[in-house]
Amino acid sequence: MSFITDAVTADPFQASPGFDLGAAPRGFRGRIQGLRAFASGGLAAEELERRLLELGFVEGARVEILHQGLFGRDPIAVRVDGATIALRRREAAAVLVEPLD
Amino acid sequence: MNELAPAQRDLRIALVGNPNCGKTALFNALTGSRQHVANYPGVTVERKEGDLSTPEGRKVCLVDLPGTYSLRARSPDEVVTRDMVLGTQAGVEPPDLLVCVADATNLRLGLRLVLELKRTGRPLLLALNMADIARHRGIEIDTDLLAEALGLPVVTSVAVRRGGTAALLAELDRMARLPAAAPPAGGWTPPDAAGLRALQREADRILAAAVHAPDRRDAVTRRLDAVLLHPVAGLVVLLAVLFLMFQAVFAWAQPAMDLIDAGFQALGAAVGGLLPEEGALGLLRSFLQDGLIAGVGSVLVFLPQILVLFLFILLLEDFGYMARAAFLMDRIMGGAGLHGRAFIPLLSSFACAIPGIMATRVIDSRRDRLATILVAPLMTCSARIPVYTLIIGAFIPDRPVGTGAWGWVGLQGLVMFGLYAAGIASALAMSFAFKRLLWRGQPTEPFMLELPDYKWPRPLNLALGLWQRAKAFLRRAGTIILAMMVVIWFLSSVPRPPEGATEPAIEYSLAYAIGHAVEPVLRPIGFNWQIGVALIPGMAAREVAVASLGTVYAVENAEEEAPKLGQALSEQWSLATALAFLAWYVFAPQCVATLGVIRRETGSRGWAWFTFGYMVTLAYAAAFVTFQVARALGAG
Repeated sequence: MSFITDAVTADPFQASPGFDLGAAPRGFRGRIQGLRAFASGGLAAEELERRLLELGFVEGARVEILHQGLFGRDPIAVRVDGATIALRRREAAAVLVEPLD
Repeated sequence: MNELAPAQRDLRIALVGNPNCGKTALFNALTGSRQHVANYPGVTVERKEGDLSTPEGRKVCLVDLPGTYSLRARSPDEVVTRDMVLGTQAGVEPPDLLVCVADATNLRLGLRLVLELKRTGRPLLLALNMADIARHRGIEIDTDLLAEALGLPVVTSVAVRRGGTAALLAELDRMARLPAAAPPAGGWTPPDAAGLRALQREADRILAAAVHAPDRRDAVTRRLDAVLLHPVAGLVVLLAVLFLMFQAVFAWAQPAMDLIDAGFQALGAAVGGLLPEEGALGLLRSFLQDGLIAGVGSVLVFLPQILVLFLFILLLEDFGYMARAAFLMDRIMGGAGLHGRAFIPLLSSFACAIPGIMATRVIDSRRDRLATILVAPLMTCSARIPVYTLIIGAFIPDRPVGTGAWGWVGLQGLVMFGLYAAGIASALAMSFAFKRLLWRGQPTEPFMLELPDYKWPRPLNLALGLWQRAKAFLRRAGTIILAMMVVIWFLSSVPRPPEGATEPAIEYSLAYAIGHAVEPVLRPIGFNWQIGVALIPGMAAREVAVASLGTVYAVENAEEEAPKLGQALSEQWSLATALAFLAWYVFAPQCVATLGVIRRETGSRGWAWFTFGYMVTLAYAAAFVTFQVARALGAG
């Protein structure tokens, strides 16, 4: 998806390990390694980071992609420890994950 | 320091918590029907308050604050929550005690909020709500350990069970006996990313120590979501739910509507029988019978339909389906330039655009919010139901669309569904156009939403919700609509016909003159002068048009046995006129209250006029095309 690549190329720390949640398939299970927020949808990078944190996307939390939408496999429903959060793949790209199992 | 003795004044307590934590259910359980809804001074945020007495007899005024994930306050709702928590909300006494409500089945985000609240230094108590469901799922919470780790009193509560709030009430009494703490030193600042991280880590640490939860999701939610959030099946179910909702509005409400209709007819006849037809008393008789009773009756008759519609919306909301609907619709709405969160405000607008427009406050971005506000009045609100019902009932035959398996789908219901679909399609088209024309290239804000576990809707919550809706509708019927009916009756009855008049009384009236004055403008869209008369007071509220038509035709037919309005219309209107009238009402901007709320919510008169202008243009164009096409096809 073009918008994901846009977001990644816009980021100077492209070389970070693992990959981002926005690119993960349905059924993916992993652990959050870090957040790499970028300006998105009119929000500054810092604001996107805080919104993700408020919904529980914190380093160490376990995530699993439970559902995805019909069009462009978007948005996705992500299990973040005890809660289920819906978001678009574009913003999920700010969440860096490593696979579990 | 003021001692919070019950004799001195009521204890003021505010409920704070995440969205979906069961806060409103707890509020309902604590206050029952002793609730009142107002606005915070200067802002349009709804202020829900209720009264209760503690076991020791303290009077408590409880405030239900809008749900929030943090005190950072991005939307107007969250600003109120923050200011109430900090005690800086203008014009409102700060609460003596905050009760932070957390969902015991999903404590993680709630605990982070508690820690954030604790930093404000305000007196605080944590209520672990839905404790019964948590226990049932095998979640073990060590409340003593939790209280010690948090440094706060912690109680469990079950909002939906009798006695489920006893521990909370007892704790309120205990805390009220303590001397009031010194007010916190100011200097609260919103947490930055590092602060939020640290709070969540601390919450996770406490959670690990005090809570033991099995590592699995709620089985019911998992199984339901497998279908309801399935990419294809989910959309099919959503469409089916909406279709069922509109069929129900028609079918279920009918018996109650017939009853109300018969009741008002009998009342009108009874009043009519008491007074003579001639002279000054005759004028009073006409006023009571044709103006007051017929007018109010023709609007009140739609109460059952509005209640059925709200019942569906409340059920879906309580059940936890609304967030799923927003998830399913996000991309479709996004294609039209709308935010996924706009789905809930737009769905509420099916009931009434006013709560719908107020519900747009959950959309943080002003631009996305404005786009939603501008198209919300295009969603078919319940005030259009009277108009649609009347015209469909009079002109569309009541027969099944097909036979066999499709025998249950009525043609009338199908037309109604089509009108709703036209409203939705035009709302999406207009928001797409606005996005392109007004805010070229500006991105839509991120869609992020928690999907709560499914829960059985509770009868008490439904009953209270329906009661509040019914009250609001009855108040409207009793004030603005009633006032307009009096005006319409006056215009239709004054001046009285001269002695020995040969024409129906209405042809001598002011209404007749006004109707004829506007008729040339309305002729190309197939409207007659009676419609012209009805449209003017119909500006106040859409359903008034029905009552106005009722009054105009009732006065017109006063000499004869007054036929039912639908029958009168089917005799006097062509099918083309009826269809054009329906097309007009898909777009008609006729609701002063909606325009007022747009002005208030956007903070600008300009946007209200803009909405009015674009809707009138669409309404005229749609009615014109419908009328001309229908006439060309031989329906004239």
